[in-house]
Amino acid sequence: METNRRDFLKIGGVCALGLGSLPVLNAVAQNVPKIMDNPQALTAKRWAMAIDVKKCWEKGKPGCKDCILACHTTHNVPDIGTLKEEIKWIWTEKYENVFPGFESGNEPHDIREKPFLVLCNHCANAPCTRVCPTKATFKRADGITMMDFHRCIGCRYCMAGCPYGARSFNFRDPRNYIKTELNPTFPTRERGVVEKCNFCEERLAAGKIPACVEACAAKALTFGDLEDPSSEVRKALGAQYSIRRKPELGTLPGVYYII
Amino acid sequence: MKIYDGKYILIGLLVFVGVITFPIWFNLGKAAPPPEPKLDTPVIMQMAQKQCVLPREEMRTGHMQILNDWRTQVVRNGKRMYVAADGKTYEMSLQNECMRCHSNKTQFCDQCHTYAGLKLDSTPYCWTCHVPPKETK
Repeated sequence: METNRRDFLKIGGVCALGLGSLPVLNAVAQNVPKIMDNPQALTAKRWAMAIDVKKCWEKGKPGCKDCILACHTTHNVPDIGTLKEEIKWIWTEKYENVFPGFESGNEPHDIREKPFLVLCNHCANAPCTRVCPTKATFKRADGITMMDFHRCIGCRYCMAGCPYGARSFNFRDPRNYIKTELNPTFPTRERGVVEKCNFCEERLAAGKIPACVEACAAKALTFGDLEDPSSEVRKALGAQYSIRRKPELGTLPGVYYII
Repeated sequence: MKIYDGKYILIGLLVFVGVITFPIWFNLGKAAPPPEPKLDTPVIMQMAQKQCVLPREEMRTGHMQILNDWRTQVVRNGKRMYVAADGKTYEMSLQNECMRCHSNKTQFCDQCHTYAGLKLDSTPYCWTCHVPPKETK
C-alpha cells in the first residue's frame, strides 16, 4: 500500500482527535464517581512551625502542658508509663538534648533548665523516609513527613534514621493505655507500628490549624507556609533570629526555634 | 469365597467409614444461618433515599477494593472527597463516613465476615486501629 503525505496527515489528524477526546469525555461525563481535594482544606507549599521559647516560658502558666494535652487528645496518643516504651508526638527536652553541640555551659539559667518543646521536624530531606523499606513513611508535596500506618511493618529503620528521636514504636497494643478521652474521629495505632507527629494533616484537610498551635494560649507556636512571605510563620521568622535542630546533618528541619 | 478374618475386617471397615464420614453426619442439619447484614441504623432509617456511594451490588462485591482505594487516595495522595455518580459528596473515611450510617458494626460488618470465616484479629484487621462507633445493645 502506498501512502502519500496527504493521507498520512489525514490519518494523523484523526488519531490526534481520538486521543484528545478522552479528557474532554471525562470532563463531560456525569455518572462517574470523582475523587477530589476538600475545598476547605488548608494548603501550602511547605508547612513549617516556629516555636518562640521565651513566649512559651514567660507567658505560659508554670508547667503548662496545654499543647501536649491537645495533641494527645486529638490523636489518641497512649501513655504507656515507661521511658523505653514511651510514645512521643510532642514532648519536652532540656536545651542540652535539643541542641547538642550548641551548649557552652554559660547560657542563661532559663535556657539551660527550662523545657523546650520538641516534635517531628518534618525535614525537607527526611532520613526516615529514605530508610523506610515499604515507603510507609514518605514526604508529601506540602512538606509533611507522613506516616501510612497500613504499610508500616515495624522494622524501626526510621527510628534509627531519625536524628531527633521523634519516632516511637508500639511495643504493645496502645489501646489500653490511652489516658485521655478517646477521640472517635481519629484511629488509634496497633502493636508493631511506628508513630509520630503528623503536623495534624487530618485537621489541615478539614481547614483547621494544628491542635497544639490552637491550644497554646501564649501564642508561642506559629504555623504556616514557609514559601509564602505573608504567612504567620514567615513573619515570626523574619522578626527574630531563629535556629533549627542539628542543622549540620542537612536534614533541613521545618521546625524553627526562636530563642 | 472365604475372607480370612472377615468378621474383623468388616467391623474395621465399618468403623473406618464411620470415622471418615464423621464430619458429614455430625454437622447434618446444622448449617450456619446465612448472614443478614442489618441496615436498620437510625441514620439509614431517616434517609429518604437509601443509597450508598455505589449501587448495592457493587458495594457487596467491591467494598474492600473501594476501602483500599480510599485509603490510598486519603493517606498517600491527600484527597479526601468522593463525589458519587449522583453528585453527592462523601468524606473518604471508614471511621467517620462509612460508620456514620452503618453504625452497627457487629450487625453489619461482622455478620458476613464471621460467616466467611474472617476472624476479627486476622483479616480484615480494620478495627485494631480504627475506632468503631459505640453500639447500644
